[in-house]
Amino acid sequence: MTMMSAAHEPNGRAEVPAFFEVRSLSKVYATEAAPVRALDRVSLSQQRGEFVSIVGPSGCGKSTLLMIAAGLSGASGGQILVDGAPVTGARKDIGLVFQSHVLLEWRNTLSNIMLQAEARRMDRKPAEARARELLRSVGLDGFEHQYPKALSGGMRQRVSICRALLHDPPHLLMDEPFGALDALTRDQMQLDLQRLCADRNMTVLFVTHSISEAVFLSDKVVVMTPRPGKIDRVIDIDLPRPRTLAMREGPRFAQYSREVLDVFVASGILREN
Amino acid sequence: MSSMTDGSRIGRAPDHDDPLSIEAVEARVQREQTRRARHDRVTRVVYPIAAVIVLLAAWELGRDMVGLPRFLLPSPTEILDAMLRNRAMLLREAWVTGLEVVLGFALSVAIGIPLAVAIFQSPLFSKSVYPILVSFQAVPKVAVAPLFIVWFGFGMLPKVLIAFLIAFFPVVINTVMGLASIEREKIHLARSIGLSKFETFRLIRFPNALPSIFAGLKISITLAVVGAVVGEFVGGNAGLGYTLMLANGSMDTALLFAAIFALSFLGYALFWLVELAERLCMPHLDRASLRGETG
Repeated sequence: MTMMSAAHEPNGRAEVPAFFEVRSLSKVYATEAAPVRALDRVSLSQQRGEFVSIVGPSGCGKSTLLMIAAGLSGASGGQILVDGAPVTGARKDIGLVFQSHVLLEWRNTLSNIMLQAEARRMDRKPAEARARELLRSVGLDGFEHQYPKALSGGMRQRVSICRALLHDPPHLLMDEPFGALDALTRDQMQLDLQRLCADRNMTVLFVTHSISEAVFLSDKVVVMTPRPGKIDRVIDIDLPRPRTLAMREGPRFAQYSREVLDVFVASGILREN
Repeated sequence: MSSMTDGSRIGRAPDHDDPLSIEAVEARVQREQTRRARHDRVTRVVYPIAAVIVLLAAWELGRDMVGLPRFLLPSPTEILDAMLRNRAMLLREAWVTGLEVVLGFALSVAIGIPLAVAIFQSPLFSKSVYPILVSFQAVPKVAVAPLFIVWFGFGMLPKVLIAFLIAFFPVVINTVMGLASIEREKIHLARSIGLSKFETFRLIRFPNALPSIFAGLKISITLAVVGAVVGEFVGGNAGLGYTLMLANGSMDTALLFAAIFALSFLGYALFWLVELAERLCMPHLDRASLRGETG
């Protein structure tokens, strides 16, 4: 089984051992009527420093894939490999950002971020200095002692990103992190995330349903289609960095977006009259 | 300055007709808001007090006008008089009842919360003990009071136990509910940052359950008062419940009312203490609710 999927490497980059690899991953839910295929033999790989987005409509299994990638949910078949080693339980080498901010409402901004340090038994002083530096880098200095209730949606998500980055994780997993934000805040967050990634040379696995968000941020866009959740195409995004908002109006950006869109049109998810 | 020229360009009144600068408007709005807030604060205190005064006056004057006899309905001044005359006794009995309530409540917290945690953590407990607890809740705890008197005599113990028994369920049920109602993402987060099961409980699950736990404690402290008084009714020689029975026996309605007021004060004071503890444990809620009130 494993051997077979190894042979089926989608991008054929077998010569470079991938940092992160999903091998023929399936997830099936047993229901009273009939089993539901959430993921059907999904394979993908990611190099260190690469920004990979998984884009697809709701219900295509992209969030399920991310949860399995984080080791928080079990797979029904297949494997997740990190540096060649299979993932068996919850991964601790990641930073995790959810669609909702998941801040603890009884902790203020700083101590929400410091939860990461407490859990990992990091030295308090340097961790706190780093937390403050992260907050400054996302424009939240001065909000250290505010409770989540007093922050806007965008600010909360920034705090949540700071928390995920405190320990400099080798792998950042983000599950539709900007999905609940308004369009302008979303643009700003994308720019901020791009800058953070460039500064730290981060490896990010990013789930979204926004095509332009995926194209804007990624080195590689993985397009998924639902029922059953499958990878339809993998598109390499060859646009210079840092990317600007103006680039989104450019012809190459449009061409990439069209490529993703075409997958959805071809599979009947979108219908153009 | 530029705003003025803009204003005339889009066809609004020219600036000499509209002498107010935005700063002046700002100051006026701010002033009005402050005045409204102050007015709100004052009326929130004054109106209820005024309502109570009007009610008491109507009671005082209305009783004589209708011609109700004193032993049926004493007037507020007569009640006040009874309270002052019996203040030493009322204070002493309130102390007894208060002690019973606090002990019963403390016992229900000391047993209820660990039991709820056990029910939550162990499938064995949740399948065996929890259904029994829930069905036992249907038993009117007051009916157990005579049994407790038989078992434990006429001292303080049976009252404490009745207060405990009646106050215990809201603590358990609310704690279990609070522990169970947590977003799945919070648990996912805990696992991914490497928190142990115990740390997850201590740092995330328990604080997350606190609002629900305190909701239970507030119900519980009120019920504990009921429990203690019922115990004193059934077989007591001290406490405000006993005072009520005595006053009842001698048809001293004014003293009855005085004892009822004393009980209410006691209940309110204990409730307030629980609320105070709640605010101390959850300062973030306090600030947020304050902000919500002024907004």
